[in-house]
Amino acid sequence: MNIHQISVFLENRAGQLAEITDLLAKSHVDIRAISIAETADYGLVRMIVDDSYKASSILLEHGDILSMTPVWAVEVPDRPAGLSELLGVLAEAHVDVEYMYSLFTNKDGHACMVLRISDEPRFLSALGERQIKVMSKEDLGLK
Amino acid sequence: MAYFQPEMETMPQEQLRKLQSERLVKQVRHVWDNVPYYREKMEAKGVTPDDIHGIEDLHKLPFLCKDDLREAYPHGLRGMPLSDCVRIHSTSGTTGKRVVAFYTQHDIDLWDDCCARALVAAGATKEDVCQIAYGFGLFTGGAGLNGGSHKVGCLTLPMSSGNTDRQLQFMTDLESTILCCTPSYAAYLAESIHERGIRDQIKLKAGIFGAEAWSEDMRRDIEDKLGIKAYDIYGLTETSGPGVAFECSEQTGMHINEDHFIAEIIDPDTGEVLPEGSKGELVFTAITKEAFPLLRYRTRDICILTRGKCSCGRTFVKMCKPMGRSDDMLIIRGVNVFPSQIETVLIQQGYSANYQIIVDRVNNSDTFEVMVEMNPEMFSDSLAKITKAEKELVNALKAMLGIAAKVKLVAPKSITRSEGKAVRIIDKRKI
Repeated sequence: MNIHQISVFLENRAGQLAEITDLLAKSHVDIRAISIAETADYGLVRMIVDDSYKASSILLEHGDILSMTPVWAVEVPDRPAGLSELLGVLAEAHVDVEYMYSLFTNKDGHACMVLRISDEPRFLSALGERQIKVMSKEDLGLK
Repeated sequence: MAYFQPEMETMPQEQLRKLQSERLVKQVRHVWDNVPYYREKMEAKGVTPDDIHGIEDLHKLPFLCKDDLREAYPHGLRGMPLSDCVRIHSTSGTTGKRVVAFYTQHDIDLWDDCCARALVAAGATKEDVCQIAYGFGLFTGGAGLNGGSHKVGCLTLPMSSGNTDRQLQFMTDLESTILCCTPSYAAYLAESIHERGIRDQIKLKAGIFGAEAWSEDMRRDIEDKLGIKAYDIYGLTETSGPGVAFECSEQTGMHINEDHFIAEIIDPDTGEVLPEGSKGELVFTAITKEAFPLLRYRTRDICILTRGKCSCGRTFVKMCKPMGRSDDMLIIRGVNVFPSQIETVLIQQGYSANYQIIVDRVNNSDTFEVMVEMNPEMFSDSLAKITKAEKELVNALKAMLGIAAKVKLVAPKSITRSEGKAVRIIDKRKI
């Protein structure tokens, strides 16, 4: 089961990001993961939040441009080489990682990475073979 | 005082008016017989060639405007069979369809004469070396001055625009004495000469600079830096190109070549002809052109005509520098840009038509930025996709406009609106 990521367009202007986090704070939306990509002129923020429906309606109402994207949350042992092993598996299976960032969590010595990948069936079978756990919304306590 | 065609350039007013009348009557007949598009317009207005006895009847004829050129594209306003046409030139239209103007050999001859008059008025003789740094190609600038320079007998350097190193090398090695280009490029060349400390190797004495707006300050700046006299020239592709009007030694307005063009000033809202000396929209009737004989073409340039004795001896009426436009056309780096063209591209590329154009002049060169609002359709979680779409937009704008624009993607609803209406153009240039 994949999870929902919210991406929001960011104009290159001081305070743009603060406006977004402020809106979410006021509505008690918890940001569980966040990553920013930027060019010289604009950027975009990608987020995993505890309630993506609530967050998206608040942001849309505010006039933001956003897109909802299915991404995968994968459990990674929180120790040296943990991430390297996961990426090695994906490389071997020829799965492209478009982007990746980490989720703020550590459960039983495991971290969690958010991935946007190219080839879903291949991705899932590669992880299945190695018994690498894909986290569901429920696992992460997301709505 | 030197003239290229003194019998025309100094013709007494009354005689000139008579010549214009004769040519107009003949031209209206030519258009009626050969340009069905305009004939229909005349019929719709209930006018036939029999109603036109002279220049006093000019006001009876219907106007042509840029939209007509678009509608009639490409052949609808051509007045001669293709077998008699020898060349085209072209400029951008309002929404993508370009304006194509046709020329017979005779048309080119007369156009070259007009440019030769401008060169001679700027002091050119057959002893001169004339460096033409206007673009060559569909743009009329290069071809027009090139033809004029040949007529005068100057050694002609058809450099085309750009490549400053090469321009300066030829300017010094071949000792150019006359420079023809856009005023902003002249200013840029002057800067470059100053920076390289090669002013003492420059033999220029005069320059003919047109195709874009420039101020008296800019003129003085160019004149001081290059040690020359800088002359203005006016024209548009629709009426042949540069040389419709040119400045003389007095530098107080441009003489319109009235043996080839009848100029009128009209009220842009009502179309009413205004008395000479009024400020209004400039309208041209080409009375000698064969292949693209536009009658009462509305230039959208706002200006004033003044008739009076000029110290240079020419009797042709003078037009001031265009003071603005009665439409929203911008001239950026010498290229005509219509906001509607940008709108067309944005919609084609999937963006909203809410945009803003910001034009400025930095170091005598125009900057051109288009702010485009991001929309849900074009947005993606992938930066690569957004930048790819942005690049496609930049390329499509370049293809449509002929010049490069910097695109800036902004947040939705961030483009300033005043009283509910979007401000489409911010022109910060102080000209």
